[in-house]
Amino acid sequence: MTKITTDQVKHVAHLARLAITEEEAEKFAGQLGSIITFAEQLNELDTSNVEPTTHVLEMKNIMREDKASKGLPREEVLKNAPDHQDGQVKVPTILE
Amino acid sequence: MSLFDQKLSDLQGLLHKKEITVTDLVRESYKRISEVDDQVQAFLTLDEERALAQAEALQSKLSSDGSQGMLFGMPIGVKDNIVTKDLRTTAASKILGNFDPIYNATVVDKLRAADAITIGKLNMDEFAMGSSTENSSMRKTKNPWNLETVPGGSSGGSAAAVAAGEVPFSLGSDTGGSIRQPASFCGVVGLKPTYGRVSRFGLIAFASSLDQIGPITRNVEDNAYLLEAIAGLDPNDSTSANVNVPSYRQALTGDIKGLKIAVPKEYLGEGVSEEVRQSVRKALDVLEGLGATVDEVSLPHSKYGVATYYLLSSSEASANLARFDGIRYGYRADNAENLIDLYKKTRAEGFGDEVKRRIMLGTYALSSGYYDAYYKKAQKVRTLIKQDFDQIFEQYDVVVGPTTPTPSFKIGEKVDDPLTMYANDILTIPVNLAGVPGISVPAGLSSNGLPLGLQIIGKHFDESTVYRVAHAFEQATEHHKLKPGL
Repeated sequence: MTKITTDQVKHVAHLARLAITEEEAEKFAGQLGSIITFAEQLNELDTSNVEPTTHVLEMKNIMREDKASKGLPREEVLKNAPDHQDGQVKVPTILE
Repeated sequence: MSLFDQKLSDLQGLLHKKEITVTDLVRESYKRISEVDDQVQAFLTLDEERALAQAEALQSKLSSDGSQGMLFGMPIGVKDNIVTKDLRTTAASKILGNFDPIYNATVVDKLRAADAITIGKLNMDEFAMGSSTENSSMRKTKNPWNLETVPGGSSGGSAAAVAAGEVPFSLGSDTGGSIRQPASFCGVVGLKPTYGRVSRFGLIAFASSLDQIGPITRNVEDNAYLLEAIAGLDPNDSTSANVNVPSYRQALTGDIKGLKIAVPKEYLGEGVSEEVRQSVRKALDVLEGLGATVDEVSLPHSKYGVATYYLLSSSEASANLARFDGIRYGYRADNAENLIDLYKKTRAEGFGDEVKRRIMLGTYALSSGYYDAYYKKAQKVRTLIKQDFDQIFEQYDVVVGPTTPTPSFKIGEKVDDPLTMYANDILTIPVNLAGVPGISVPAGLSSNGLPLGLQIIGKHFDESTVYRVAHAFEQATEHHKLKPGL
C-alpha cells in the first residue's frame, strides 16, 4: 500500500489552502493512502502508446467576435460579498 | 390519485380543456411537499410566492390564447448546484450557505422560456460529490420507498422529490452517475445526456470534462420533453455542441425491431448482485420479444473506470473549487490573521470532509512529481475506456446493463468508507468518461421492495435511440406504474 504521511497531507492541504488539524491529517492520511493505492491499479495497463483524453468530443477552439459587452452592475456584484466598502470588496491586510 | 400520476401531455390536455388551472398544478406540488417533505427532506428552498405569481400569469396567457412553451404550466424542481437568480443556491455546502445568484443558469432560462415553473431547489451531496446525498451539509434526504435507506446521489433530492410526487419533473446533474444512480434507487427515469448536449453555464462546476445536466421524470415521454426544452448550443458554454436538437418525442415509436443490443459481460459480473442480474436478464427477454437482438460483448477497461474517474474528477474539482475563498461571495471565516489564513480557515470551515478529501486527492494527483503518474495516466486510461465504447458502437445501437450493482442501502451504512461508496458508480462512471448518453429506467423491485434500474447507453448525440429503447421497454412492462407507499 502506498503510504501517505501526515506531513504529505499537511503539505497538500497547504497547497489547497485548507487549514487542517493533527487529527484530521492522520485520518486523511489513511483514507488518501487507500484511495491512491486503489488508483494504482491503473499501472496494470501499458499506456505508452496511448494519447491522453482531455475532451471527449472533437472540438477546436471556439472563437467569438472580440466585442466588449456590458459588465454586471456593481451593486449586483457586491451583493454576495462578505465584506465591502466604497464599492469595493474588502479583504484583510495583505501587505504589512 | 395525484395529478402528477398523469404524464405531461395529459396534464396539458387538462389545462386546455380548462379542467384544471396552472395554479392547481403549482398548489398540488406545494400541498404534497407540505404533506411529505418532513419525511423525505428533498427540498432545501421553496419559491412559493413567485411560483404562484407565475402560475397566474401563465393562466391568463392561456385564456388569451397566447403562445405556449412546450413545458407550459409544469411545476419543476431544480438541483441546488444550478444557479437561479435571486433564489438561494448552495450546492448543499456551508461555503455557499448564504449565496443568492445574480443570474440564471442557461437551463433555468430555457425552462422559463418553455413556460415551466420552478417550485424550489433540491438537496444533493455537497458540490455533487457523493452517491447517497449523505454528504449534504444541509439535511439528509430519505428514499421515499423506504425512509431508512438513501435516495442515492448526488442528485438524491431531485430523484426523491419526483418519486414522492412532490414535483412531476426535476433537473439533476451527472458527473459519474449522479442522475442515473438516484433515479435507479428511487424508481424513476433519469437521463445523462451526451457531454455537450446541454449547456453547463450556471452549473456550479465539479469536474468540467464530465458534468452534464439532465432530466428526472416519472416516465420516458416526459423525460424526452424536458431534454428537448433544455438541450442545444449556448454561446456562454464553449463546450456545448453545435449539433441539431431533434424532436425526442418523435423517437418514441415503440418499434425496436432489428435493433442491435450489446450487453457487456462485465456489467453482469463480479460485484453485481444476483437479483440485479436477474432483473436485467428479464429486461433483455422483453427487448428480444420486441424484436431486438442481444449479444454479449466486452468492455475490457470498464473495471478501471472508478480509479480513472476519481483521479480525473478530483483533479478537476481541486481546480474548480479554488474559487471558493471567502472573498467575493459565500462564507468567510472570522478572525483571520492575514489573507492566506483567511483562505485556509474559510475553506476548512466551509467544506465538508468528502469535499476536502477530493480536493486533496486532486491536488496530490496534479502536484509536481505526481502529475504523470496519476493525472496523465488516468487521462490515457480514459482514452482506452472511450475506445471500448467506440468499438462496440460500430456494430451495435445501444449498450444495456444494470444502472447500479445493488439496490439502495441503509443510511449510514457506507458513509465512513469512501472506497465502498465509490464502488456504487462502477456501472455509470464509464459512460461519463466516454461522454456518451445513458438513461436509467425502472426495472422492477428487489426482494425487499426497493427499485432496480435498467441502464441504456447510446452513441454520442443519439439520445433519440436511447429514448426509443427506454420507452419501448417501459410500455412493454408495468414497472413504471409502481409507486412508493408514502
